[in-house]
Amino acid sequence: MAYSDKVVDHFNNPRNMGSFKKDEEGVGTGMVGAPECGDVMKLQIKVQNDTIVDAKFKTFGCGSAIASSSLATEWLKGKTIDEAQKIKNTDIVQELNLPPVKIHCSVLAEDAIKAALADYQKKADGALIDTK
Amino acid sequence: MKLPIFLDNHSTTPMDPRVLDTMLPYFVEKFGNAASRNHAFGWAAEEAVEQARKQIAKLIKADPKEIVFTSGATESDNLAIKGVLEMYKEKGDHIITSSTEHRAVLDTVKSLEGKGKAVVTYLPVDKFGMVNPEDVRKAITDKTILISIMLANNEIGTINPVKEIGKIAKEKGILFHCDATQGVGKIPVDVQDMGIDLMSFTSHKMYGPKGVGALYVRKKNPRVRIAAQMDGGGHERGMRSGTLPVPLIVGFGKACELCEQEMAKDTARLIAMRDRLEASIMKALEESYLNGHPTNRLPGNLNISFAYVEGESLLMGMKDIALSSGSACTSATLEPSYVLRALGVGTELAHSSIRFGLGRFNQDDEIDYTIKKVIEIVTKLREMSPLYEMAKEGVDLKSVQWAAH
Repeated sequence: MAYSDKVVDHFNNPRNMGSFKKDEEGVGTGMVGAPECGDVMKLQIKVQNDTIVDAKFKTFGCGSAIASSSLATEWLKGKTIDEAQKIKNTDIVQELNLPPVKIHCSVLAEDAIKAALADYQKKADGALIDTK
Repeated sequence: MKLPIFLDNHSTTPMDPRVLDTMLPYFVEKFGNAASRNHAFGWAAEEAVEQARKQIAKLIKADPKEIVFTSGATESDNLAIKGVLEMYKEKGDHIITSSTEHRAVLDTVKSLEGKGKAVVTYLPVDKFGMVNPEDVRKAITDKTILISIMLANNEIGTINPVKEIGKIAKEKGILFHCDATQGVGKIPVDVQDMGIDLMSFTSHKMYGPKGVGALYVRKKNPRVRIAAQMDGGGHERGMRSGTLPVPLIVGFGKACELCEQEMAKDTARLIAMRDRLEASIMKALEESYLNGHPTNRLPGNLNISFAYVEGESLLMGMKDIALSSGSACTSATLEPSYVLRALGVGTELAHSSIRFGLGRFNQDDEIDYTIKKVIEIVTKLREMSPLYEMAKEGVDLKSVQWAAH
């Protein structure tokens, strides 16, 4: 199967690869997938004043899974929480020109974004309760 | 050294230029039909076919009359299994095979099973991928008419104890079919000594042309009969109709002759290169696991799982080396390798496997390059892997509740 140039580019030059400390303030972590299924994505966001100021990923999976998560971090940076919620897997499919067999990679990336946002929200709500 | 490098010699092999040379006169100049009995064009073609038949028979210690030409090993497997079942259906309908056979065998018996024409026993294999001959013996019933066990596995290269299985088959008076596609031309094969009654093999896995294969059908002790699966002119002693592809057969014959002459030399070279590849990779990369038998496997085979990285991404990172992976993403079924699963390799490690297949034309500098590339890409992808990170932090990955999808 031939990969699109964009997938190859993200695979060869992954953007924002790495990790934040999970307990760092303003960090939300999403981990989705399973090793038995052949792909696991960890996506992290760092939020300040409701805006995602930084994002990082680590992915175990095929080239399209790596490219999808790399692209997701690129898109997340600079977005507000509300804007980030609106990223759809179909946007990723379109941008990376993913073939039908690789659509699940984009779904996983969307799940990872949602999981990271939810984790951030949970921590923020918890912090709010703590300070009360 | 030229890129890309071909290290996928289990899928196919490049044709030996010496094979091509012998084929060329049979396209334009000597184009006759080997079945034309009444003119010089036909005689020339027939002579060439019979010469090839001898070369092929010699390699496997058979009689030339026992070679039936087919389009390849898939057809040979189909013809052997369906042909025996149809011919001996009065004797029984039970077939014994193993869970790591090639799909040309597995899908054939499954299709017969599905139609209610056969009852099939799928024997398990040990952790190295080997069938236990005693399991074969235990599976035999009074309805068993065929045992079909491969010589060497196409993914892990493990060589089965075919001679022991052949002995049991003989003892019980049951026909023994062996899919020897990966083994013929690579390791010594002797159909007499191994007690094989039917054997499938193909030209393109042994530096010959694609599109031609053979089924060995024993003529004596016992005389094996098979029902033809295609109607037509009754070629190949009525077992396989269709005009013989003379140039391909001539090439197949030459390929067999070369394999016989050069097997010792090829084997020594391949084992030296393969062992160096294996040792260098294993030494540099922790948590790399060999799949298959450590010693009793095909000279050119090396199958390794690299924990925490996925196979297709490994292949993508080594674009200029032609390899194959047991990862689901590289298969049409989106399931990881059933062969590795049958060995008891965990699903996650099956996703992480790479098959290196070395052949006659690989050179030392290609192996050097491959060693360097493999170490580079596995290291890079592990840096990128959340699983590797967790393992390094001391998390037991098996204790994590993954959300399977």
